[in-house]
Amino acid sequence: MSDPQAVTTAAPPPTLGGGTVTPHARRRPSPGFFVKLALVATVDALGVYGVLAAAAVASWGIVTFLVLALVVVNWAYFSPRALPAKYLVPGLVLLLVYQIFTMAYTGWVAFTNYGDGHNSTKQDAIASIAEQNETRVEGSPTLPLSVVERDGELGFAVVQEGVVEVGTAQQPLAPAPDANVEAGRVTAVPGWDVLQFVDVAGRQDEVTVLRVPFSDDPADGSVRTQDGSTGYVFRPTLEYDEATDTFVDTVDGTTYAPSDGGNFVSADGTVLTPGWRVGVGLDNFTRAFTDSRLSGPFVQITAWTFAFAFLSVATTFALGLFLAIVFNDGRVRGRKVYRSLLILPYAFPGFLSALVWRGMLNEKFGFVNEVLLGGAQVPWLQDPWLAKVSIVLVNLWLGFPYMFLVCTGALQSIPADTVEAARIDGAGPARILRSVTLPLLMVSVAPLLISSFAFNFNNFSLIYMLTGGGPNFVGTPVVVGHTDILISMVYSVAFESGTKQYGLASALSILIFVVVGVVSWLGFRRTRTLEEI
Amino acid sequence: MSRTASAPVLRGRRWWAEVGWRHVVGVVMIAVCVLPLVYVVSASLNPGGTLTGSNDLFRTVDLRNYADLWGRGYGGWFVGSLVVCTATSVGTVLMGSAAAYAFSRFRFAGRRGGLTFLLLVQMFPQMLAFVAVFLLLLSIGDVFPALGLNSRLGLVAVYLGGALGVNAFLMYGFFNTVPRELDEAAKIDGATHGQIFWTIILRLVAPILAVVGLLSFIGSFGEFIIAKVVLQRPQEYTLALGLYYWAADERTARWGLFAAGAVLAAIPVVLLFLFLQKYIVSGLTAGSVKG
Repeated sequence: MSDPQAVTTAAPPPTLGGGTVTPHARRRPSPGFFVKLALVATVDALGVYGVLAAAAVASWGIVTFLVLALVVVNWAYFSPRALPAKYLVPGLVLLLVYQIFTMAYTGWVAFTNYGDGHNSTKQDAIASIAEQNETRVEGSPTLPLSVVERDGELGFAVVQEGVVEVGTAQQPLAPAPDANVEAGRVTAVPGWDVLQFVDVAGRQDEVTVLRVPFSDDPADGSVRTQDGSTGYVFRPTLEYDEATDTFVDTVDGTTYAPSDGGNFVSADGTVLTPGWRVGVGLDNFTRAFTDSRLSGPFVQITAWTFAFAFLSVATTFALGLFLAIVFNDGRVRGRKVYRSLLILPYAFPGFLSALVWRGMLNEKFGFVNEVLLGGAQVPWLQDPWLAKVSIVLVNLWLGFPYMFLVCTGALQSIPADTVEAARIDGAGPARILRSVTLPLLMVSVAPLLISSFAFNFNNFSLIYMLTGGGPNFVGTPVVVGHTDILISMVYSVAFESGTKQYGLASALSILIFVVVGVVSWLGFRRTRTLEEI
Repeated sequence: MSRTASAPVLRGRRWWAEVGWRHVVGVVMIAVCVLPLVYVVSASLNPGGTLTGSNDLFRTVDLRNYADLWGRGYGGWFVGSLVVCTATSVGTVLMGSAAAYAFSRFRFAGRRGGLTFLLLVQMFPQMLAFVAVFLLLLSIGDVFPALGLNSRLGLVAVYLGGALGVNAFLMYGFFNTVPRELDEAAKIDGATHGQIFWTIILRLVAPILAVVGLLSFIGSFGEFIIAKVVLQRPQEYTLALGLYYWAADERTARWGLFAAGAVLAAIPVVLLFLFLQKYIVSGLTAGSVKG
């Protein structure tokens, strides 16, 4: 940030015998100070803007956070006593928002029914139920209508019994004198721009959802339009009664009362949508085990996740170690060349490898079937078992170079005389590997095997890009397949299964986290005992 | 190693039994490693190629696919990826080194607690919280649209939030190996903590900065799930997202185009990797895995 030369000229070191050494704060401020001032001022400006913007949309959580963050930032950079904080604040703020908060938020969402149909608060749900359940008032006239605009706000101008009336979503229809009407349609209103057909077509989404109240009394309904040129009066069929907290159907008189599940439900079980977010306790956690359509696939996917992660580590480690031992012999020429070529799969970006293999393993046109197997039609990615085999093999291709590198490094750190001593004692190569090399190797490699297990446990991109989780199970309430692992199942539940179920997805995330945490903890405890050998 | 010089030269069966077979293993493995890569390069040179047409290796050699890439959004993805990854790796290095400097050089209340906290945090993969990340960005977008969904800046911020826990520890260990006497001497000469950090410490820890920066670059280059959750419009895709959509639909005839895109995307990363493999390997063995 600060140029060293500039700093020394601006703040010369205290001269010898110069008497008083002025404290840093009272020296002429260095250029670095102005850089700091400018940066903090920018942060403050953005922060204040954020506070105002968040207050405008009533996000009080964000307002609180921003105010606290601004106080901390200004304290950290202007208090002489907050020295470590100057270096920690930027990283910690980001960590707090994007990791700590998201973790906590995952925990909270897991205990709610957040998802499609339960996206928001009860007030929002009441408003949108009232809005969606309305019918055209029988016998109401067809109103010639024009769409008008003022300062970006849209409104309707209608002709009713010869009088032009203008209104917006906030402002009920009111007579507009001096408006110009041609052939029954409004062509000019003072103070408003009348939109032409092209403009209406461009803003169709806004126009079709616009509802202009017919009068001050909400029971009179509101004017809506589908085509931007004719309007009809609509009246809500469901009315919310605040005193009893129920919806009443104005046609047949059914009452809908709020349920524990976050919906308005009638006595005969009819559910009004949307609902709102409510806490559902442990429902999301137990659903995975008790919902019969879900528990079968869930158990299979969990078993496969463990098998996949274990096989990935075991196969890559075995091949990597084998190659490391093969090329650990000083008599093999060209070891550098071998090494550089063998790590190519590791250097090639992993997501690209998965996609390339997906193409090569294609049943009809893939390179493997067409060329290597002479035109066979092996359903590599379509058969549940073959797809699993393909995934393990592709992951072996991707992952063995890493283990090869790691094992090569670890082998070189094993003292040669230990191996020599074993050989003199009469141990064969197999015995040396089992009793000397492997135990010593494990000390340095075991932690990497554990993190490799944890990584593969969540190896989303490989699964998603190679098979997409398919072939899919039939009849499950979420779209999951035989090769899905837990993390890709979470993704599918959250985003790809028709209705989005954030609550269930978060609960599954937490289960995964617990598994990974326990495995890491057990593994690291075990490696500590290894080190004591 | 020293045995080569003194050992008698092996011949015939003995050579095969002790050394020769190792070359056989090596050649077979290299074929396995290189074949898919050769296949991509070959497919990329086959204009208008579909999956079927790509099976005769190097039947045609034509650079038309590479020229065609630019009209289809590839340039935007490429630049977008470079911007996101560069910003992420620079940010990670600056943030991580500042935090490591504070933990390594200052003694303050909560230092031990802070270190333990970081150690714990790095065990939680941020990726698992992608649903919460999506919901968080949804509400941030109402206040700061530039940090919400469909924003590259927002994606960089998410990556940076997840980077501190993992990298600060790696750097902290390295910072501790730099002798404290050096910055104490500078302090006596009148240097401020800022000058010590920017002009002394950062120069001395340059190797670890390079490793962390590079790993972070490669990591975010291949990151898929968070990018897919955050960026939903094709204009802002990263290469990982864009190429996924080209390759995922096997029926459309974009295989040659995909292959060309993949080769272009991989070349810089592979070259970087091969040149710097020594450093990367040391960084990897310090506790990171392929991402």
